[in-house]
Amino acid sequence: MYGFEALTFNVHGGYLEAIVRGYRSGLLTAADYNNLCQCESLEDIKMHLSATEYGPYLQNEPSPLHTTTIVEKCTLKLVDEYKQMLCQATEPLSTFLEYITYGHMIDNVVLIVTGTLHERDVQELLEKCHPLGMFDSIATLAVAQNMRELYRLVLVDTPLAPYFSECITSEDLDDMNIEIMRNTLYKAYLQDFYRFCQKLGGATSEIMSDILAFEADRRAVNITINSIGTELTRDDRRKLYSNFGLLYPYGHEELAISEDIDQVRGVMEKYPPYQSIFSKLSYGESQMLDKAFYEEEVKRLCLAFEQQFHYGVFFAYMRLREQEIRNLMWISECVAQNQKSRVHDSVVFIF
Amino acid sequence: MGERVRGGCCPPMDLMRSEPMHLVQVIIPIESAHLTISYLGDLGLIQFKDLNAEKSPFQRTYANQIKRCGEMARKLRFFREQITKAEFSPAVISVTEADLNLDDLEVKLGELEAELVEINANGQKLQRSYNELAEYKLVIQKAGEFFQSALSSAEARQREYASNQSGEESLETPLLSEQEMTTDPSKQVKLGFVTGLVPREKSIAFERILFRATRGNVLLKQAVVDNPVTDPVSGEKVEKNVFVVFFSGERAKNKILKICDAFGANRYPFAEDLGKQAQTINEVSGRLSELKTTIDAGLVHRGNLLQTIGEQFEQWNFLVRREKSIYHTLNMLSIDVTKKCLVAEGWSPIFATKQIQDALHRATQDSNSQVDAIFQVLRTREMPPTYFRTNKFTSAFQEIVDAYGVAKYQEANPGVFTIVTFPFLFAVMFGDWGHGICLLLATLYLIIREKKLSSQKLGDIMEMTFGGRYVILLMALFSIYTGLIYNEFFSVPFELFSRSAYSCRDLSCSEATTVGLIKVRDTYPFGADPVWHSSRSELPFLNSLKMKMSILLGVAQMNLGIILSYFNAIFFANNINIWFQFIPQMIFLNGLFGYLSVLIIIKWCTGSKADLYHVMIYMFLSPTDELGENQLFPGQKITQLVLLLLALISVPWMLLPKPFLLKLQHDRHHGESYAPLPDSEESLQSEPNHDSHGHEEFEFSEIFVHQLIHTIEFVLGAVSNTASYLRLWALSLAHSELSTVFYEKVLLLAWGYNNIIILIVGIIVFIFATVGVLLVMETLSAFLHALRLHWVEFQNKFYEGDGYKFYPYSFALLDYEDE
Repeated sequence: MYGFEALTFNVHGGYLEAIVRGYRSGLLTAADYNNLCQCESLEDIKMHLSATEYGPYLQNEPSPLHTTTIVEKCTLKLVDEYKQMLCQATEPLSTFLEYITYGHMIDNVVLIVTGTLHERDVQELLEKCHPLGMFDSIATLAVAQNMRELYRLVLVDTPLAPYFSECITSEDLDDMNIEIMRNTLYKAYLQDFYRFCQKLGGATSEIMSDILAFEADRRAVNITINSIGTELTRDDRRKLYSNFGLLYPYGHEELAISEDIDQVRGVMEKYPPYQSIFSKLSYGESQMLDKAFYEEEVKRLCLAFEQQFHYGVFFAYMRLREQEIRNLMWISECVAQNQKSRVHDSVVFIF
Repeated sequence: MGERVRGGCCPPMDLMRSEPMHLVQVIIPIESAHLTISYLGDLGLIQFKDLNAEKSPFQRTYANQIKRCGEMARKLRFFREQITKAEFSPAVISVTEADLNLDDLEVKLGELEAELVEINANGQKLQRSYNELAEYKLVIQKAGEFFQSALSSAEARQREYASNQSGEESLETPLLSEQEMTTDPSKQVKLGFVTGLVPREKSIAFERILFRATRGNVLLKQAVVDNPVTDPVSGEKVEKNVFVVFFSGERAKNKILKICDAFGANRYPFAEDLGKQAQTINEVSGRLSELKTTIDAGLVHRGNLLQTIGEQFEQWNFLVRREKSIYHTLNMLSIDVTKKCLVAEGWSPIFATKQIQDALHRATQDSNSQVDAIFQVLRTREMPPTYFRTNKFTSAFQEIVDAYGVAKYQEANPGVFTIVTFPFLFAVMFGDWGHGICLLLATLYLIIREKKLSSQKLGDIMEMTFGGRYVILLMALFSIYTGLIYNEFFSVPFELFSRSAYSCRDLSCSEATTVGLIKVRDTYPFGADPVWHSSRSELPFLNSLKMKMSILLGVAQMNLGIILSYFNAIFFANNINIWFQFIPQMIFLNGLFGYLSVLIIIKWCTGSKADLYHVMIYMFLSPTDELGENQLFPGQKITQLVLLLLALISVPWMLLPKPFLLKLQHDRHHGESYAPLPDSEESLQSEPNHDSHGHEEFEFSEIFVHQLIHTIEFVLGAVSNTASYLRLWALSLAHSELSTVFYEKVLLLAWGYNNIIILIVGIIVFIFATVGVLLVMETLSAFLHALRLHWVEFQNKFYEGDGYKFYPYSFALLDYEDE
């Protein structure tokens, strides 16, 4: 199973692994979150964050703060770190790092396309895009009228091009189509990423398979729950599931025919790793499912740091930071809207 | 060491032990708290303890004030950024405005910021329209060129066609012309076009997307704009291309417009008519010059504002930083339940008690408070911080020691001795008075320009050199001294003090050998006789001298280390350490290597030819053998036997009794835990020591293993450390050999050619080699080796180095923290 990573890994990857582990130690801790949850205003949050690694990014913000500014600046820090790592990386690590951003790219494409469909201003949409998933001609997406055009005009130049092979139709874009496109793309992306990690071999493939399999399963469950009660047929639904992961293939068969949340639950409880997630939820409840999944994901990502000489740490770090930014956003929103009682609803402690 | 004795107020050996400290408690009425802290900050002799460690920053009492200060600091940073952008240098001479109030300042800063922001916004707006117009002008010019060239080429073709028709009539021409002529007027579609500017780096992608979106039904013309254009939106200079896109149809137009937007290409209307073009250009130029004057006026206004800000910037900045630090300190104090007073706890040196009380009193008076602050000393078992009062001369040496570890509270400070021994050991390795003088000149430059250099920012390496300028000064002086002893000036010997004591007996004797030299005068009075240099026996003679000297220096320094451990034991009243550590260690080291040193001195004095290696080795291997010709003094065999026995005894002496005695002490201590408190002064001082032994779990095996390791370390260390001092000889040898090589193989060789160019080249190479290799690299390596000898060989004999530094709350230190 194990290659001889310990022997050669540090030649190219050692420096960056050290860097990323250093970054990781800058993640907010439970104590930080406890303090943040007690904040009375966004100024308090800024003050607390100024003692953390976010300090330099927030210190020059003028006083009436907004949640968006905080989130934007925190994301900026993540982007800066990512770019720095990407600059230093050599093959195959640089490809690996690029793979991490494809997910955001898909989301951005979907965001812009949906936005133009609803006739929103392109500039406004661009501001909402995740900076990690930006590519040169992203604004041009607004020109396209259907999938084929979308592909031919813009996406053929981006790394997403190969993922499009399955969803080129001449149909006009509508919400349903776009959602299907997103999931098809995501499926292709996950499968491609999975294959890539398998090719890398060693500890990277072992750890990344685990994380990606979890991701695939989570998406399968989400697709199922979201498609309940829509006109999506069972076959179409099954097509959106990735062809790896713990649920593949038998779980997918069962998920495809599930008609309500409790059936999904029944399917999932057959798989021991997911039992604990569903056992926390009461029957018929799907609100807290996201948080439960996030918690499980964070746990798995943290475990990736327990082993050395593999690329999983980079993926894990990016994901953990994103989770942290989600947490900060939630806390800031709660504080800004005086909903402090709900602050713990969606915060996932990382340490 | 005279520098250490300053003024009459201090005890003469105040660097030997860190300042006696005590934990003080100050109860400050809330109304005078701010002023009190400010006065204490001016004084800078108290280190506050954080009494609210469990509270998060925004829950503390003065969080709001800190937020305000942070906001003001942000505004100041904004000003600084603006000032540097406008390329003003903030005026250094600050107008000392009488007591600026924080609240006033806050209002003032707010106003200034608002004004500046408004001016900037206006300026930006103007600038933007200016840039747009400038782009427009460019577009008109460049696109005009397209149309003109297109027109002229069309005309040319027409003329060509006409001439063709009138001239020769080939087979093809009529067909072609007919086609053209017929298609043109009838089927001509009205072509639309869009003109604008696109960033150059995006131009290729732009063209590609245009091509794809319209399926090739466009004509794109681009022209490079030579100078970077200021982009109206971002305000940055960007390299751009002017483009003209020709297309047909309304749908294509929509697409193209969208693509232009997506690429950030600015579109501008363009009139085909030549006359109109000229008109627009005129209009645009007129408006451009108008805008230019407006913008200039705005800039002058902004400049004036920044100037006034710049004048007081430093003062404001200092005030804000000071206030922020005061509130930070206030936040560390615990607030009384009645909310009437604040309670501060902190360490301060005992000598500062009077000054602190003074400051408290002044603060009370100045703030018109009715109640005086209460100052009292607390008794504690905590270890106080270590505080040495250093000056600019001693601080660099203390840094050398602190870099290894900060001294435990009141333990003997090796820094005192480092001041002399460090440069001296360096000089032993760097003995050359020519190099020493170079080093001296360099450091004298730093010292003479001290005032100027210390105020400005230096580079990393320069900073370090400057910080250690007094170390380097002593190093240079000592290396001149040792250089005189070795009699080397860039490796050349000089007959400085008198003529050489030796001269040739007859003409046949050459300089390359000592054979045939006879002593004609008195012994050379100081240092090595110059005749040794370049003689055949130079190396054996100097090596033997330097090796023995290294051993002597080493044994002396290690003895000093052990003696310091005795002083520590006396000071902390630790008898066990005296009897079961200091004494056996002294016996062991001196029984073996002290004896060797004595033998060396005897050998020097008597000129005996005894082999000291042999003596030392056979002292262990067969101590009872006769010494024969290696006998240096009568009774040597007996002496050696006794010394060997003593050394052997001292090993178990070091190892065994101490752990058992500690156990005994612990048991007894345990038994009388309810005994009356010891009241004598000395037991108070040794309290922390007993404490750490008493209250921790007493694990006998652990103590024993610890002692075992200690003993082994010392016994092996005695041998290896002594050997380690031989580096003094080795480096000194390397230094002198290197400089000889550079002198002989470069300078003398070049001299020998009798060619001025070769000589110049030779001198240049010699200078670079001397500066680069000998003065820089050798200095570094000798410095590091001296450092090692101090940290390892010297300090491991006594130095614990597990204390922590005293960081007083002081405004003077504020500058360094924030930068």
